[in-house]
Amino acid sequence: MSDIILETKGLTKHYGGVHALNDANVVLRDGEHIAVMGDNGAGKSTFVRQITGVEQRTSGQIFFGGKEVNFAGPIDAREAGIETVFQTLALADELNVPDNLFLGREITRFDWLGPFRFLDYKAMHEATMAGLEKTAVKIPNVKNSIRNMSGGQRQCVAIARTATFASKLTIMDEPTAALGVQETAQVENIIRTLKAQGQPLILVSHNMRQVFDLVDRVIVFRRGRICADLDIKNEDVSGEDVVAYITGAKTQPQFEDENAA
Amino acid sequence: MTDNSDGIGGLTFDKSKRTWPNEMNIFLALVIIVVIFEILGQLLPHMRGQSFLFDTKDRFDGMFGLFNVARLQIIILQVAIIGIIALGVTQVIITAGIDLSSGPLVAATAMVAMSFGQTELVNGNPNPKALFGTWAMDLPVIVPVVIGLSFGAMIGAINGTFIAYLRIPPFIATLGMFLICRGIALWWSSGNPISFPTDSYAFIGSGMMPVVWFILLAVLFHIIMTRTLYGKHTYAIGSNEDAARMSGINVRRHKITVYMIASMLAAFAGIVLSSKASTAQAGMGEFYELFAIAMAVIGGISLTGGRGSIIGTVLGAMVLGVIRSGFTFIKLDGSYQLMAMGSIIIAAVVLDQYRQKSRT
Repeated sequence: MSDIILETKGLTKHYGGVHALNDANVVLRDGEHIAVMGDNGAGKSTFVRQITGVEQRTSGQIFFGGKEVNFAGPIDAREAGIETVFQTLALADELNVPDNLFLGREITRFDWLGPFRFLDYKAMHEATMAGLEKTAVKIPNVKNSIRNMSGGQRQCVAIARTATFASKLTIMDEPTAALGVQETAQVENIIRTLKAQGQPLILVSHNMRQVFDLVDRVIVFRRGRICADLDIKNEDVSGEDVVAYITGAKTQPQFEDENAA
Repeated sequence: MTDNSDGIGGLTFDKSKRTWPNEMNIFLALVIIVVIFEILGQLLPHMRGQSFLFDTKDRFDGMFGLFNVARLQIIILQVAIIGIIALGVTQVIITAGIDLSSGPLVAATAMVAMSFGQTELVNGNPNPKALFGTWAMDLPVIVPVVIGLSFGAMIGAINGTFIAYLRIPPFIATLGMFLICRGIALWWSSGNPISFPTDSYAFIGSGMMPVVWFILLAVLFHIIMTRTLYGKHTYAIGSNEDAARMSGINVRRHKITVYMIASMLAAFAGIVLSSKASTAQAGMGEFYELFAIAMAVIGGISLTGGRGSIIGTVLGAMVLGVIRSGFTFIKLDGSYQLMAMGSIIIAAVVLDQYRQKSRT
């Protein structure tokens, strides 16, 4: 099937003797938004780190855009089209918004000057404004350094990278964990914008309300294994059900034997 | 552009509320220090109303005739050579590093470069300080300059490699290089001074040439740091190294480049210094690395990286120059000078931290 963006087969990661992730099979279709849920240490972030190449998996296969991929690092993954908003913000505090958006992929002039080629501030500024316009982020002055901005604004800048550089897959690792109500709403608006644009997304979140508001499908991790794959848009799934899967009160039948141990 | 073009999402930004650049504060401090010396010159009994800044002899020598041009020249000349080092140290500190090896590197480069810049005959007699045979005498000036800069580049590459690849803290790596370079300077000619440069080598640091080099290099690196990819990545690495790495910047290679550039600037300072003094000695450049760091610190740099500017460092150099010149002007002993400079370095950092806190 050509509309599958990302597929993992038997994805496994061991840290020494700790089996952080065991035999994870996930399929993500184009335009689909899925949430990854689970208790602390259930393997959510480990799962994300294997896909984005931050860590190297112990075993298993990852298919991205129909081809098997082996990312040596997050840069490889980004070049392939996976944009990740990490739990720890990957922003340079002393730089302003356009500088951060274009960090590592600056628009330059006089390219024959090599490392001393000139930055095209005007073009980057315009592209930034256009990119932020799409996300409905509120920032009083994009020329201010990130240091002076609120947590929500910083998070929005981090997320706006994905909107500016149309990516094939966006991954967000607890993007609203440290944000206030209004800021969370802003981030959620950006996610809705991505949905409207048909961009697929993997959202790692603890926030049940947010997950039910935003995504199509929920994958629940428990002790390193997937224990539920819930189509919350089409099936009758309640928050209590999800909690039951997270805590271990329930396991979907197709995942039973794996969790028996 | 309209007034609110930098705001997004319906928010506008009142440009009148923009905080003024940090460099403005240093410039103000510089002006205040000059005014203090001017007042002291008028008030102190033993000064008999001399002026620090103005030309009181009523000479009309061009548009700067109002000012005491000779003093201004000396102020800049005194800081120009260390200022060249400070331009490199600034870049290193912006990456959240430090370079302690620049002072001894000045001496080592002075020795190495000068030994290829000697003249064969001094007043018709063979050069008494000749280090090598006649093959190394009367070479075109480009030879000692290229050798000196290459030597600096090599030292910088070693510093950078140890820091970027072997993860040695910059303080330790460059402290080691500090001793190694001083050792090289002593070993090169077994401790003997190297003297009598060719005319063209002597020209590099003659008269106001150190100031010319300082200003040219300051302008060049101001443009590089503010307008080029190299500058942006230098700030990004100092600001958040992980973010820079995740954004695809080759952090290791960039750090090596920064240390190489800093060491080449220190090496060039060594060439200029030996040329100015017409001799190279192993003890040259003592404490230069610390004064260079002091200039950057007074110029508002943050030792934790990401913040600072070439303009700030140039102003920081001017502050040190004015203090040195001012203390000589009011005929106070050099020991007070050191105490005053020390106090001003600490005061600069305290004020800067206070300012950072009050802003957020």
